[in-house]
Amino acid sequence: MTLALETTDLKIELRIDEDTWLPVCDMSTLTPGRGVAALLPDGRQVALFRDRSGRLYGIDNRDPFGGAAVLSRGLTGTHQGRAFVASPLLKQRFDLESGQCLDDETVRVTAYEVRAA
Amino acid sequence: MSTDTTPTIVLVGHGMVGQRFLEALAERGLTATHRVVVLCEEPRPAYDRVQLTSYFSGTTPDELSMTDMEFIATHGIELHIGDPAETIDREGKTVTARSGLTVAYDTLVLATGSYPFVPPVPGKDAEGCFVYRTIEDLLAIEEYAKTKATTGAVVGGGLLGLEAAGALKGLGLNTHIVEFAPRLMPVQVDEGGGAALLRTIEDMGLTVHTGTGTQEIVVGEDGSVTGMKLSDGSELATDMVVFSAGVRPRDQLARDCGLAVGERGGITVDEQCRTVTDPHVFAIGECALAADGRVYGLVAPGYEQAETAAATIAADEAEFTGADLSTKLKLLGVDVASFGDAHGTTEDCLDVVYSDSRSGLYKKLVIGRDGTLLGGILVGDAEAYGTLKAFTGSVPPVSPESLVLPAGAGESAQLGPTALPDDAIICSCNNVTKGTIRGAVTEHKCTTVPEVKKCTKAGTTCGSCVKVLGQLVDAELEASGVEVDKGLCGCFSQTREELYEIVLALRINTYQDLLDRYGREEARGGDGCEVCKPAVASIIASLAPTIGASGYVLDGEQAALQDSNDHFLANLQKNGSYSVVPRIPGGEITPEKLIVIGEIARDFGLYTKITGGQRIDLFGARVEQLPLIWARLVDAGFESGHAYGKALRTVKSCVGSTWCRYGVQDSVRMAIDLELRYRGLRSPHKLKSAVSGCARECAEAQSKDFGVIATANGWNLYVGGNGGATPRHADLLAQDLSDAELIRLIDRFLMFYIRTADRLERTSVWLERIPGGLDHVRDVVVHDSLGICDELEALMAAHVANYRDEWAETINDPEKLARFVSFVNAPDTPDPVVGFVPERDQIKPDLPLLTIGTRPLEGSAQR
Ligand code: SRM
Ligand SMILES: Cc1cc2nc3c(=O)[nH]c(=O)nc-3n(C[C@H](O)[C@H](O)[C@H](O)COP(=O)(O)OP(=O)(O)OC[C@H]3O[C@@H](n4cnc5c(N)ncnc54)[C@H](O)[C@@H]3O)c2cc1C
Ligand code: SF4
Ligand code: FES
Repeated sequence: MTLALETTDLKIELRIDEDTWLPVCDMSTLTPGRGVAALLPDGRQVALFRDRSGRLYGIDNRDPFGGAAVLSRGLTGTHQGRAFVASPLLKQRFDLESGQCLDDETVRVTAYEVRAA
Repeated sequence: MSTDTTPTIVLVGHGMVGQRFLEALAERGLTATHRVVVLCEEPRPAYDRVQLTSYFSGTTPDELSMTDMEFIATHGIELHIGDPAETIDREGKTVTARSGLTVAYDTLVLATGSYPFVPPVPGKDAEGCFVYRTIEDLLAIEEYAKTKATTGAVVGGGLLGLEAAGALKGLGLNTHIVEFAPRLMPVQVDEGGGAALLRTIEDMGLTVHTGTGTQEIVVGEDGSVTGMKLSDGSELATDMVVFSAGVRPRDQLARDCGLAVGERGGITVDEQCRTVTDPHVFAIGECALAADGRVYGLVAPGYEQAETAAATIAADEAEFTGADLSTKLKLLGVDVASFGDAHGTTEDCLDVVYSDSRSGLYKKLVIGRDGTLLGGILVGDAEAYGTLKAFTGSVPPVSPESLVLPAGAGESAQLGPTALPDDAIICSCNNVTKGTIRGAVTEHKCTTVPEVKKCTKAGTTCGSCVKVLGQLVDAELEASGVEVDKGLCGCFSQTREELYEIVLALRINTYQDLLDRYGREEARGGDGCEVCKPAVASIIASLAPTIGASGYVLDGEQAALQDSNDHFLANLQKNGSYSVVPRIPGGEITPEKLIVIGEIARDFGLYTKITGGQRIDLFGARVEQLPLIWARLVDAGFESGHAYGKALRTVKSCVGSTWCRYGVQDSVRMAIDLELRYRGLRSPHKLKSAVSGCARECAEAQSKDFGVIATANGWNLYVGGNGGATPRHADLLAQDLSDAELIRLIDRFLMFYIRTADRLERTSVWLERIPGGLDHVRDVVVHDSLGICDELEALMAAHVANYRDEWAETINDPEKLARFVSFVNAPDTPDPVVGFVPERDQIKPDLPLLTIGTRPLEGSAQR
């Protein structure tokens, strides 16, 4: 049973450069509305999310305001039809697609392409 | 004559009316054109004497103050505190104060108030005899009651006597009231009302002796009070006596300088509040004998007189011809109100009476031949006071009978204040009409009760009109089309309270269901937001057993809703590490358990600190260490302390009667019982509590959401306290409760709060916000006025029965443990940003690491 699940579950992959997609985890490990963090080979950290409709998002895990790598632990939501995460430190919100901070237009974090394969 | 060219106004007496007079001067610009000198006898500037008794439920002298020193400074008022006027030279137009200061006046205003009348009985000056008028009186009473007395007697069963008796009772004394008249509050209530009142007062545990005079104060060998001889020949043993047998105008100063005074005292003035003897001298407030031949002992007429005098000095037209004597008793737990012609002295008037002596209810309305409401008396339930008082003088739109019947009995009618005419007085203390209040909303754009209070002064004195005020403000906002979006957030148009009701009534147990069915159109089907998700999660969690949801916060959908801290059952720190706070109920801990905590902290290298909540916080745990730490804590018998949750935090205790020589109850046991009972209870904001073993209050219970203080007879329960940025002393909810009564009341109080509070609204803010405030909460949870107490208790019982420790459940569930990793694709790698450096033999976060950002992993190639 466990075996079957593992083999049929889709893999989440992150695009880390032009032609590299890094497999990160099984689709089923992502609870809709909750994030996880992935470690890239060069030490960068990516926060991965999945929304209610199954869409996947990836942005840099580091909170640019506080410095800690914690965005994956924030609460997500929908603002004017777009998904965001609110930092668990001081609650600034970041658009999950673009990485743009919704509470300070001068701040943006890197956004990553994510796919299920 | 003043040597200066600026005319001088001298005010003698800085009490409530004096202060209002100064405000009226400023409003009319007279402070700019006049030199204003104030002689104030008391050691502090004007304060709210009406609320004096609230000192005993925690209001500080500073909070009672009515004087804004900035106001005094801005208007250049010369205020001489602690320097009473001693002589007036009317010929030379000067006043001389005790310090020797002599001030020349052009206009002199006397606002010296009254002094408490002490009947000339032998022994009246003995140690242990007090009066009840000033803050200093109360401080002295408190000191004596706490150190030298267990029994107290109040002479006088009028409005103030009952307040004083309530205060003595609150101080833990066995309290007697001795009243000469055949009933309590003889001035305000009639015989029927007196009977209902008597029953209520006796039920509160006070002993009442009506129709009884005081003949002598019995004094012991050391010169202090030991008892009283009564007119019926009996002797009453008591350690202290408070005289509250009425007040007399302070007119001595006026008599000495030849101003006319009334037969029974009071400085005789005309309709402009000018003394009839000297056009340069005015008298206002309780020291004045008004043109209608009365001396008013209430603040509202005094305020009107202050306005009248100021207007007259400004050469505007104004007059004071008499005022209403409506009163509402502020005594703990007793609702008594009388208004208008309460005794039915108007010719040909009729009564409508509803009386139920079994439940201490008595309501009487006095109606004129033409149906005009003339006045009335309410005992036991003064809910309708605000509305009825405002209708006095007009024909109410519904039958008077329906106004006095209790809710549920026959055709009882609710009269909304919207039915009132614009000139109806809503706040009689400050003489504010409904029209003025409406104007505050429509013209001055006030949108909340506090704003309207500030703008109109309504509701700022005795507070009895605040409920009606709130209804009016709401109605006016609605009528003027102001769309007040009270919605929780962009996803829900309902308030938290409304969502609670929906969840409970329809047994909705998932957030998505609630959002898709009851969210705003545009939010349905979406992911919600960071505001409503935890708020709804909290509602679902506090109702879990009742609505059939899992009580475990990390189950299924619940996991995605919780705030980040709840998600990891720990508190996030600035560098991404976590703190761990095991529950230590009541702050009591065995040496073995202390050692376990020490060993764990040592083994994991955690920074260890004693918290302000009487427990121990372990900082610097990496997310992947949390389950390992908790496995050891759970093994040693610790449970989650919920330091991360909007839930019960701690119930602090003092050592109490077990060890402390002063303790009167076992405060530690009670604190532990309460902490174990309410642990895990999710609520709109965090909940804190404390239990003190005696009135010395070492556990600081009065700064808690619910605080308990032991008395000789049981427990006093205080609610709505808060530390933090906006500290608030808790209000006394009920006194001398048994263990079972205490717990039942707290159950109800907490569940009522959880049901009706806004998200992130502490009990202190909630108590100030909800219509009716403390009185309403007391009605609901003590007197069950909404009939919901059974349900509240059942909800709490369900919570208690279903409590499980979150950490014990988590460490036994491999699936849940999977989330406690830094990286989903590298579960064994710790987050490299979480680093520590040493400080004072422990660790602290390596902050520079946070500014550098990502640090390349050792051995990995740069990109
Ligand atoms: C650890 C502790 C300070 C300490 O070292 O002593 C502490 C630490 C924090 N307090 Fe506190 N408070 C601590 C006792 C208090 C007290 C004293 C008490 O409880 O007797 C107060 C005042 C009493 C009160 O709440 O009325 C207090 C008033 C606050 C407030 C202001 C609340 C308010 O209503 O104004 C906040 C902010 C908030 O909750 O919104 C806060 C928030 C916090 C937070 C949760 C801030 C945060 O989100 O990071 C801190 C995190 C604790 C952690 O990471 O473990 N803390 N905090 C104390 C933990 C007590 C415990 O054992 O649970
Ligand atoms: C416990 C209590 C509860 C009350 N509850 C209510 C209520 O619910 N509703 C209500 O309407 N009223 C109530 N009252 C009455 C209300 O407080 C008074 O009507 C009001 O304070 C009168 O104001 P005033 O300025 O005339 O007198 P006060 O407030 O007494 O002020 C007079 C001031 O003048 C000072 N003074 C006297 N002589 C001199 C001098 N020679 N030189 C300088 N200063 C002098 C006094 O020290 C005093 O500070 C209550 C009173 C008490 C004591
Ligand atoms: S509150 Fe009273 S019983 Fe408790 S420690 Fe202090 S003095 Fe002792
Ligand atoms: S009636 Fe007393 S404050 Fe309004």
